[in-house]
Amino acid sequence: MSAVRVLVGTRKGAFVLTSDAVRDRWEIAGPHFSGWEIFHLKGSPADSDRLYASQYSAWFGQLIQRSNDGGRTWAAVGNSFQYDGAPGMHEWYDGTPHPWEFKRVWHLEPSLSDPDTIYAGVEDAALFRSTDGGQTWEEFSGLRGHGTGPRWQPGAGGMCLHTILLDPHQPDRMFVAISAAGVFRTDDAGRTWRPVNHGLKSQYIPDPNAEVGHCVHRIATHRSGRGALFMQKHWDVMRSDDAGLSWHEISGNLPTDFGFAIEVHAHEPDTVYVVPITSDAEHFPPEGRLRVYRSRAGGYEWEPLTEGLPQRHCYVNVPREAMAVDALDACGVYFGTSGGQVYVSANGGDSWALIVRDLPAVLSVEVQTLP
Amino acid sequence: MIRVQLPAQLRTLARAPDEVTLPVQREATQRSVLDALEACYPMLRGTIRDHISQQRRPFLRVFACGKDLSQEPPDAPLPDSVASGAEPLLIVGSVAGG
Repeated sequence: MSAVRVLVGTRKGAFVLTSDAVRDRWEIAGPHFSGWEIFHLKGSPADSDRLYASQYSAWFGQLIQRSNDGGRTWAAVGNSFQYDGAPGMHEWYDGTPHPWEFKRVWHLEPSLSDPDTIYAGVEDAALFRSTDGGQTWEEFSGLRGHGTGPRWQPGAGGMCLHTILLDPHQPDRMFVAISAAGVFRTDDAGRTWRPVNHGLKSQYIPDPNAEVGHCVHRIATHRSGRGALFMQKHWDVMRSDDAGLSWHEISGNLPTDFGFAIEVHAHEPDTVYVVPITSDAEHFPPEGRLRVYRSRAGGYEWEPLTEGLPQRHCYVNVPREAMAVDALDACGVYFGTSGGQVYVSANGGDSWALIVRDLPAVLSVEVQTLP
Repeated sequence: MIRVQLPAQLRTLARAPDEVTLPVQREATQRSVLDALEACYPMLRGTIRDHISQQRRPFLRVFACGKDLSQEPPDAPLPDSVASGAEPLLIVGSVAGG
């Protein structure tokens, strides 16, 4: 019988939640790395026992942990992230030049085919890769160096590369998203990059239609790589049907188009989930009602999903990395909150249940579907 | 042998005891002690001083014999009592909330 393993990163450690395919009884293991911020954990699609974790502390800096046994034991691997060449300057909050400085790893994306190859999205924004299981890291400097880097600026959370999408059909194609710069695409395995932000409009930058400078919170696509791209921007939910060359808004009937997380159903490329958040200053659901919104029409019409979710006095946030789906026949949807809750829906969002209620603030949620 | 006490988080990371003893072949300085510490516990590389600049991380302090040595040059000799092993070198996380 299949099973699922949910990997949860929090402000004070990592937790591994496991269940059989029914997904109504859960075992909770952790905290691993107690007291450390775990920005992200993710398992290798090529070896479900191979996991990677980004472990950070303001006191002790960045560590990368690797597990070869599904999260039971861990070992620290390489943590030296050196920019290729002179780091250069980007734009600071006030528009002045500011030097690139490595701070932390936001996102780890294991290769689709090789457990020892993994990509890391870091702050200040850059993309690194390891091909030796995380022991050593090398930058894809063509991303920072393609020309628009001096115009990138930090969002409220820092200038982070937070999303990495690998294309299962075109191994040389990859998308990354950076706050606040936008989406970038490579078609030659990371050697060269170009911004793909046409159609984005952001009122908080001098030219709302600029090539870069957009605070993209998250992008997602169907795991087949055949579907549309979806984006939750600082404001606006967007869609692209041409691999990012152009975007159009699909916020439609959402109660607010601000938010962080966005995810796509495992079997339906046009079924999309978002969690609307009141505003950039009010990081909680409108009216204190926690609602996931689902579109089964590619974002052109949205429905609120509320069964099992608190509909009174709920003032949590759902971070950008904290929503994921499993690949079981009845697609499971998962999300974590700043209040330490992790919710599951075993029926594509129709109803929800708490897996765990009182973890530290959740930073990331990833799911592995196990044989 | 030089005695070093680490913050709890680094002891856990390194699976090290409350106090580690290190053979330091060169003159006992902050740099030579940290070099010896990282040689014994490679997972600590980058956690006390930056990989590239080798600067002490800003939220860490270095104490010994009741004194704050954090601002001493990395190649300044440590007190004789630390070099002889009579007193430990303390690496301490600054009190900064969290």
